[in-house]
Amino acid sequence: MELYRSHILVCGGTGCVSSDSLKIEERFKELIEKNDLKDEAKVVKTGCFGLCEAGPIVIVYPEGAFYSQLKVEDVDTIVAEHLVKGRIVTDLLYKESYQEGEMQSINDVGFYKKQERVALRNCGVINPEVIEEYIAYDGYEALGRVLSEMKPEEVIQIVKDSGLRGRGGGGFPTGLKWEFTAKAEGDQKYIACNADEGDPGAFMDRSVLEGDPHVVIESMAIAGYAVGANKGYVYVRAEYPIAVNRLQIAIDQAKEMGLLGENIFGTDFSFDMEIRLGAGAFVCGEETALIKSIEGKRGMPVPRPPFPAVKGLFDKPTLLNNVETYANIPQIILRGAEWFASIGTEKSKGTKVFALAGKINNTGLLEIPMGTTLREAIYDVGGGIPGGKEFKAVQTGGPSGGCIPAAHIDTPIDYDNLIELGSMMGSGGMIVLDEDNCMVDIARFFLDFTVDESCGKCTPCRDGTKRMLEMLDKIAEGKGTPADLAKLETLAKTIKNASLCGLGQTAPNPVLSTLDFFMDEYEAHVHDKRCPAGVCKALLNYIVIEDKCKKCGICAAKCPVDCISGTKGKTVYHIDTDKCIKCNACLEACPFDAIKKG
Amino acid sequence: MEELVSKALTEENFQQLDRQIEKVQGSKGPLMQVLTQAQKIFGCVPYEVQKHVSERLKVPMSDIYGVVTFYSQFSLIPKGKYVISVCMGTACYVKSAQPILDKISEIIDTKSGETSADGNFTLEATRCIGACGLAPIITVNEDVYGKLEVTDVPGIMEKYKD
Repeated sequence: MELYRSHILVCGGTGCVSSDSLKIEERFKELIEKNDLKDEAKVVKTGCFGLCEAGPIVIVYPEGAFYSQLKVEDVDTIVAEHLVKGRIVTDLLYKESYQEGEMQSINDVGFYKKQERVALRNCGVINPEVIEEYIAYDGYEALGRVLSEMKPEEVIQIVKDSGLRGRGGGGFPTGLKWEFTAKAEGDQKYIACNADEGDPGAFMDRSVLEGDPHVVIESMAIAGYAVGANKGYVYVRAEYPIAVNRLQIAIDQAKEMGLLGENIFGTDFSFDMEIRLGAGAFVCGEETALIKSIEGKRGMPVPRPPFPAVKGLFDKPTLLNNVETYANIPQIILRGAEWFASIGTEKSKGTKVFALAGKINNTGLLEIPMGTTLREAIYDVGGGIPGGKEFKAVQTGGPSGGCIPAAHIDTPIDYDNLIELGSMMGSGGMIVLDEDNCMVDIARFFLDFTVDESCGKCTPCRDGTKRMLEMLDKIAEGKGTPADLAKLETLAKTIKNASLCGLGQTAPNPVLSTLDFFMDEYEAHVHDKRCPAGVCKALLNYIVIEDKCKKCGICAAKCPVDCISGTKGKTVYHIDTDKCIKCNACLEACPFDAIKKG
Repeated sequence: MEELVSKALTEENFQQLDRQIEKVQGSKGPLMQVLTQAQKIFGCVPYEVQKHVSERLKVPMSDIYGVVTFYSQFSLIPKGKYVISVCMGTACYVKSAQPILDKISEIIDTKSGETSADGNFTLEATRCIGACGLAPIITVNEDVYGKLEVTDVPGIMEKYKD
């Protein structure tokens, strides 16, 4: 094996690729060749480092220099200074990692300090397209141990003892699912992986597939041995081309090495797997719909029971877990159930990956022990709210979840606490909202989403969500009545109780939780015809703040409908609300912040 | 629009589809895989293509039509030369993706979900593309534009004027 003086890790996650990290990688290779450093420096394209806000990211080892927000031309400087002369380019370092003239270890930076990486442990560390790198980090060791030393029942027992619960939504105990599938009668069984990550704002499963695809393969093979299945399907969203590509490379490599296929590790266990692509339907994240979709049909849910463990893919017993759940398994086998159970809270064990986005300084992917509080996640890891704005709420669980207000920000994150607050863990999306976000508008956004994505099979979801959306539209337009608020709540509860699948049963959550915690905002829309956050267009009024107005007349000059009157240098300007088309031009133009909307 | 559809229905494209069908024949439930390929090859899955798939896979037309209309990745008519996708994931939405969508819609005179009359543009409000660090974000074919302000939109659209 060749040894190198420097390793240059370039993030190849979707976020960084979208801001040209592949060109950065190319440029590094080009300049290394040109400077004759081929035998000394190696460029490694890795999975996601997590701190997407600082992308594109490059880390140069052994120094651990964390370069952030790079441009392609910065590569020239880094090669000339850092690689050739051995001088770290401090101007390009992530600000927090270079303080008072000294470079800090990345693990001491706020964003990484409280994290504990289990599912993401290889993301940003190894090259996902090289199986040897995965193997060097204990890859396939768990599979080897399971096949050579353990009985299927023992594997299931470890997973049960670990306390691992499904990371994709409901939080069902994983070990129990495995046991049900193992005990189900059937000549043929299947393993399936849910990688149809549809929650807007959640991208942890994609990052695992992009950064560490072999962990999913290894884990599915372990599951196959445990429940008695010899065939696996990974159902991935078509919107994730990089993930699909890397997973396919990984499958091919595993087959070539005999880690998939016939008689793995010389035992009589055989396991093969293939990828099936989704085609853009959120409901396919629901397990019975996903199974229909793998079968090549319309992704419409069917009633349970029978559960997939008994009658799933092609009517055979099927074990279905999501990507992040699988990503925990090899570590649980290698380090033991006790180790895993020692992390987290009483009923929620281990760590959870969250995708932190919205009004937050450190947008990115973080993995924290269950039981970490929302405040720690948002302020310590996430770095707080930008622009000195005030935190209003955090939305968890995507369209199935709810909004948790500031009063509950010290809640430790686990499955049960979030449900108690009217939200849920879901797949781990965490969208931070600030004072500029209107909660009626947020509820409407999610309802708009579910109306569009409802498969149309059962009436409560198909018609009910649509009626709810109409009521929310009415409220946002200032035409809502107090009776609408009461009706909205009743309807929401009915849909929750009467819908067929998880999509409908959780679709009212964004409405119910905002009604619960932000009734004052609904009331402002209904009673005062006012949108306190200044979002709902129909209710917006632009007003000149008289003491701040410097009588410059810039606003009047910008107004496309001439509804601002006043005399330059003499009188304070005034906006005629009836004529105003709420285009926001005056507010943007005013140099003195003398125009407000509300 | 019909003209654009018939232009895509070349003998060569059908042959290419047949080669893809051969590859998956024998695997279980191959319909979605075949349709994904058809969408890629023809740029859409119109009646003629559905009929072809139906005959080759021996799957009823009704089932195929059901699948094509269920999933948002399949379309019955071709998409524009430039497909503009405005991410409407939550992270982008809370960072004002809607005004960006409105502005693009105004500039190309095309509603969200539709293709412009000249066939140049398709405007889509897309689901989360998972690049939340760059919110709000749009893609025009393969090009990505992140951390946008409404004022950036006219400049970007200028590049695709031809």
